[in-house]
Amino acid sequence: MKAETVTAQIPPDTRKRNKKPASGGRFWKTFKNQKYLYMMSIPFVIWAFVFSYLPLWGWTMAFQKYKPARSFFEQEWVGFEHFKTLFSDTQFLLALRNTLAMSSMGLVAGFIFPITFAILLNEVRLGIFKRFAQTVSYLPHFVSWVVAAGIVTKMLSSENGLVNDILLGIGFIDAPVQFMAQGHLFWGIVTLSDVWKETGWNAIIYLAAISGIGPELYEAARVDGASRLRQVWHITLPGIRPTIIVLLIMSIGNLLNIGFEKQFLLQNNLVTDYAQVLDLYSLKYGLGMARYSYGTAINIFNSVISVVLLFTINGLFKRTTKESLL
Amino acid sequence: MGNTSITGKSWPDRIFDFIVYTVVLFVVGITIYPFLNVLAISLNDSVDSVRGGITIYPREFTWDNYLKIFTFSGLMTGFKISALRTVIGTLLGLLSASMLAFTISRPDFQGRKFVSTFLALTMYVSGGLIPIYMLIKDLHMMNSFAVYVLPGLVSAFNVFVIRSFIDGLPYALQESAKLDGANDFTIYWRVILPLMKPALATISLFLAVGQWNAWLDTYLYNGSSPNLTTLQFELMKVLQTTTSGNGGDYRSNIASLASNQVSPESLKMAITIVVTVPILLVYPFIQKYFVKGMTLGAVKS
Repeated sequence: MKAETVTAQIPPDTRKRNKKPASGGRFWKTFKNQKYLYMMSIPFVIWAFVFSYLPLWGWTMAFQKYKPARSFFEQEWVGFEHFKTLFSDTQFLLALRNTLAMSSMGLVAGFIFPITFAILLNEVRLGIFKRFAQTVSYLPHFVSWVVAAGIVTKMLSSENGLVNDILLGIGFIDAPVQFMAQGHLFWGIVTLSDVWKETGWNAIIYLAAISGIGPELYEAARVDGASRLRQVWHITLPGIRPTIIVLLIMSIGNLLNIGFEKQFLLQNNLVTDYAQVLDLYSLKYGLGMARYSYGTAINIFNSVISVVLLFTINGLFKRTTKESLL
Repeated sequence: MGNTSITGKSWPDRIFDFIVYTVVLFVVGITIYPFLNVLAISLNDSVDSVRGGITIYPREFTWDNYLKIFTFSGLMTGFKISALRTVIGTLLGLLSASMLAFTISRPDFQGRKFVSTFLALTMYVSGGLIPIYMLIKDLHMMNSFAVYVLPGLVSAFNVFVIRSFIDGLPYALQESAKLDGANDFTIYWRVILPLMKPALATISLFLAVGQWNAWLDTYLYNGSSPNLTTLQFELMKVLQTTTSGNGGDYRSNIASLASNQVSPESLKMAITIVVTVPILLVYPFIQKYFVKGMTLGAVKS
């Protein structure tokens, strides 16, 4: 509807160029008028089709005995055979457990820590210290996971690692602990590494939200004799509630792409049982052993699990807050 | 604050203050210490480093570790390719995201709904590792520079950040330009693009950080092309030599580096600094913009 009004505004001289309106009527006429807009968007639509949608076609591999040399029509179809193999593989079940554990731990920690940090930072009254702390806290966000994993490994090392030095110093342990070699610590290490790297950066958005809360609310609370803690609880937290919800939506969307960078870089042969997530498993068995069909089956399962997670969390959320994320 | 000075601080508030400052100080400490530690070891005599116990300043200062690593050819190629992909990837990413954002911000564009939905879905649709790998292979993009730029060219998230920024600009600007006879591309290039600087600065930071820090694409697609290696990938190979068994074939690199009784530890730290510092240098310039940009991203939905 709005399209027509704008078309009508187009000065006569530009119209002259499209002198002959196509027989398709209004659509083609507008199409011609907006040819630059189409030229600026269609290439990217094609791009998105190729790099985002075309891989979905590759899902057919999971139902074939895929051989790279053959064309699509020459492939041998095997139905759900690969999925059956998948569910009877203990490695797969471990990978599934690890994926679920680390993504849920990451989701929870990825909310609690940045919100807490933002609130604490907001309570810092010393301007210079506040700015300094904030600038420092962004720093790890800009380094790659390669560097971050190197730093984490170094700090947790049993030879001169900072954490061991401190624990030994306060007499908490008698001998250095090999943190990176303990499977049952791996999930925690991955989660805390992520917290170290991203808390400051993720706090930016909450700080911005907090600064949008009217100062008169705090003023009124102070007059009523509310302590700082009560002000945080009754004003700051409710004030950033909408932001928390929006970010929850976005991070739940990201559950669909459970990464494996951290796991890949922090793992070693001693902790594989806890480190191997679904993507890593598909990398090892799918690409490493050229079992493309099997690897694709793992990827499909990964996507399906993510969608299930998404709806589960949405359902829980709806029941507790009467609001839907989707 | 006015009335605290009159009444004085209550005890709960003082405890609260104490906790706030302690925790924030702790966060600052654990964030910055590892970096200073890495820097100190990289500047410390490599033989001396083996003794351990270096904290935030070098015990026996030397530039040797840095001089050593610059003779390592993989690192020089990596530096070149990383810089190149960062520049090209960022420019193309900016151009495509801003163009797309411009078209879907136009209320009169009849393809608007289709384009934005098609794009938004890419945030949730993923074929997965193996199908994408097979696609790259079928497109003959293995062992090519294009694989660093093309597959991740457009990020829907960035497009929506820019779009919400354009929505904040007065539409009358575009209308008057149109009355002056400007076509849509001219409006984008001459009118909208110059006004988008804050949003573009933020997005370019996202893109540049992503490009500079990427290593997985090198590992997956270009691992067998030494002339297309990246800095992060080289660092990954060096770091993985001791932390896990899967880097066996890379041991030769570190062995050649470690000759001349240089301890790998100090070298690793020097490489880490070389890999990290360039991207940290960009960020003070863009810092003033990105808080604004980050907030924009969340306001959209």
